[in-house]
Order: sequence, then structure tokens, then C-alpha cells
Amino acid sequence: MAEEVLLFGAWASPYSHRVEMALKLKGVEYKYVEEDLANKSPSLLKYNPIHKKVPVLVHNGNPIVESQVILEYINETWPGYPLLPKDPYERAIARFWAKFIDDKCLLAIFKASWGEEKEREKAAEEVPEFLNHLENELKEKRFFGGESIGMVDIVANFISFWVGAFEEAFGSELLTREKFPKLTNWTHQFVNNTVVKESLPPRDKLVAYLRNRFGGRNVSK
Amino acid sequence: MAKSDVKLLGAWTSPFAMRPRIALNIKSVDYEFQEEDWLVSKSELLLKSNPVHKKVPVLIHAGNPICESLIIVQYIDEVWSSGPSILPSDPYDRATARFWSAYIDDKWFPSMVAFLFAQEEDAKKAAIAQMEEGLVPLEEAFGKCSKGKAFFGGDRIGFLDIAFGCFLGWLRVIEKAGGIELLNETQTPSPLKWAERFSSDIAVKELLPDTDKLAEFRKKAQAKMTANN
Repeated sequence: MAEEVLLFGAWASPYSHRVEMALKLKGVEYKYVEEDLANKSPSLLKYNPIHKKVPVLVHNGNPIVESQVILEYINETWPGYPLLPKDPYERAIARFWAKFIDDKCLLAIFKASWGEEKEREKAAEEVPEFLNHLENELKEKRFFGGESIGMVDIVANFISFWVGAFEEAFGSELLTREKFPKLTNWTHQFVNNTVVKESLPPRDKLVAYLRNRFGGRNVSK
Repeated sequence: MAKSDVKLLGAWTSPFAMRPRIALNIKSVDYEFQEEDWLVSKSELLLKSNPVHKKVPVLIHAGNPICESLIIVQYIDEVWSSGPSILPSDPYDRATARFWSAYIDDKWFPSMVAFLFAQEEDAKKAAIAQMEEGLVPLEEAFGKCSKGKAFFGGDRIGFLDIAFGCFLGWLRVIEKAGGIELLNETQTPSPLKWAERFSSDIAVKELLPDTDKLAEFRKKAQAKMTANN
């Protein structure tokens, strides 16, 4: 049977881009379907009835949802480029940081940017603390995955590209070279990687989109 | 493997800490358990082993700390690979198990927390409604995952059984306190029956806390947290 791989995504979504990066790194052929999140397709709602979100990977008719679940699925289904280390302990560490990024970092960055007044103050304190954990975890490595990009780097795509777009859109300062030299270096390495570059949305378009979508709300300095 | 090579920092009241303990039982791994009395204080070892979150559970294996309950469970599954499998072998089944576990932790568990911390009656009612609604998809999920067998994992308890089943202790405390049946014949008949089977499983039995003891603990914790505020 010919293999069919579909990806439902949205051009501005970092979660969607994670999956594209992983598929490209593995050399998997796929068909991309752009979703208008303001007007979700019947297919999307059928494949992801619980969350109704992108990304959704459909492999031979079977839907897989939630970006980190999809990344693990891609890693286990297609051989070749390893997204996770082979050693169980190294794997556990990678999974830990991937979870930390989504559960703590991203949440704090969102809240610091446009949460309620009280939430924003607390989140604004948390963001540098969380970024510091990542700064320390990088140590002398080129990527979180070591010499090459791995799952943690992919999950941290938000930090490498979207945060910069946020900063430009709202004049905020989240990731500075002075405070986070290693993370800043990593950002450059990551966005200049050939495969990553291919999957990133155009920066200007993203900045304009963020301004348009979230610009009305209060933003942190 | 020497018992001292495997240590688990946990708490009898924590559903998350129960998860790796069930996994270690399934794999028949001997381990040293350190009870953290987190209401009083956190041990040096805990703070050193989990500096980011400072929470249980933490598995310390040959000196290496592993944190986050489901990550620990996967680690246990991968290291003690000769024992019964905890995650399914098929990648799609694995993705399904991971999806529902994430759903339980990210979508359903917060409504449980909301109930436990709610002060006003309205807030309590709203949390109960959310909890009930949140359990409904598990009926279909059980059908899909179990494929007609006794557990989400099939013939034996697996990843999703552990992820969800660890909450049964607190679930029963809430049911008693609220005079309700969160798992019930009408909306969740399959998970209702599964809960009995899960609770009696040899890897689980001794770990599920007594409902009354847990309710007592809840009173103590509430009093302490109110005093602290």
C-alpha cells in the first residue's frame, strides 16, 4: 500500500512547524494542508474532535494529535535521523526538557506578554528564571540534542524564532545576549540550519500577524 | 540489581508518585522508597535531585535522577525491558496511550485540583461538572485502547491504566465528599468496571491509599494551607 502522510497545520503556529521539521529531518514525503484557524475544516474537526487544533498528522488514515506525541510517533515510525537519544537516561532528560519548555516556558512567555495584570507580573519574573534553566542545560553543546538537532531543539523552536518575532512586534525584551549568551548562540545555529530554515515562516509576515492578532492587548516592556 | 541502586522519592498521598511505583512493581524491581512529608518540608535529596520543580516523584537510578512521573514510567519500561511491557509495541497504539495520558494530566486533572481547592459551593459545583464532563471521552477511549480486553493496555495494565488509575484514590475522596459518582453506569460504564479491576491488580493493590485516610490528610492539608495564607 502506498504510504499516505498528511499534515494539517497553520503557517504561524510553532507547534505545526515542529512537525514539519521532524518530517523533513526524517526525509518523509507528506502533503501539507493549511488550516484557517478562524474557520476550521470538517476534516480537522473529524481528526481532532477533543482539541480541535493543529497540528494533526494523518498516517494512512490514522490521526495523531498533540505535537510532542506526534514527534515521538514520527521518531518511532520512520528510521534514519534520530530525534531522541538511544540511551534511556539521555532520553528521559530530553523528554524532561521538552515538557519543561511547553508546560512552563511557553506558558510563562504567553502570560508575560498578554496575560492579566497580576499574571503578567508573576510571569515576567518567571521567564528569565526558566530561560536560565535552559541556558544551563545547553552547557557547551551546539544544540540541546548535542552535535545535531533533536527533539528538545525542535520543541524549543518557539524560543528560537517566535520569541524574536514577539520582541519585534511588541518591543519587549525576553531573550538578550547579555543574560543568555548560550541560548542566543543556539538560536542562531538553529534558525540557520538548512532544514529548519526551509520550514520557518517569513519573519516580517509573522511580526505583522502577531501585531494584528495580539496587538490590542497590554504588552510587557 | 542491588536495591540501593534504585531509589524512589515519593509520597503516599501523591497520585503522580504512585505511577513509577506501579511500573517498578510490574517489572518486579526492588527499590528503596523514601517518603517525602511535603506538607512539613522537602528533603535535601529531593531539592538536589529535582532542582527545577522540587517535586515528587523522583527516581534515582545508579545515582542518576529522573523526574516527571510519566517520563519515569517510560524510563522504567525502557531500562527493564525484559519485564512485561508497559507501553504498547505499536507506534500508533503508543501515540494513543500518550495522547490520553496527556489529556488526563493537562485537561482533566486541573478540574480535580479546582474542586479540591474550591471554597465556594458554586466553584465546587462547577468543578464537579467539569470533572464529570472530562471523564466522558474515556468511555470511547477504553473501547479503542482495550480492544475488548480488561485494561486500557490490553490483558495487563499498561501506560494509560497507570496514568489514569493513580487518581482513583482521590477520585473516591471526592465522590464521598460530594455524594456523587464520577465514574458511573450511565456515562462511563467501561471505566467504572475497569476501576475495580485496576484497584485489585497485584501491582496496584497495596499502593492505592485508603479513602478515609486520604480524606483525613486532605483536611490537614487544607488547614495548613489556609493557615499559611
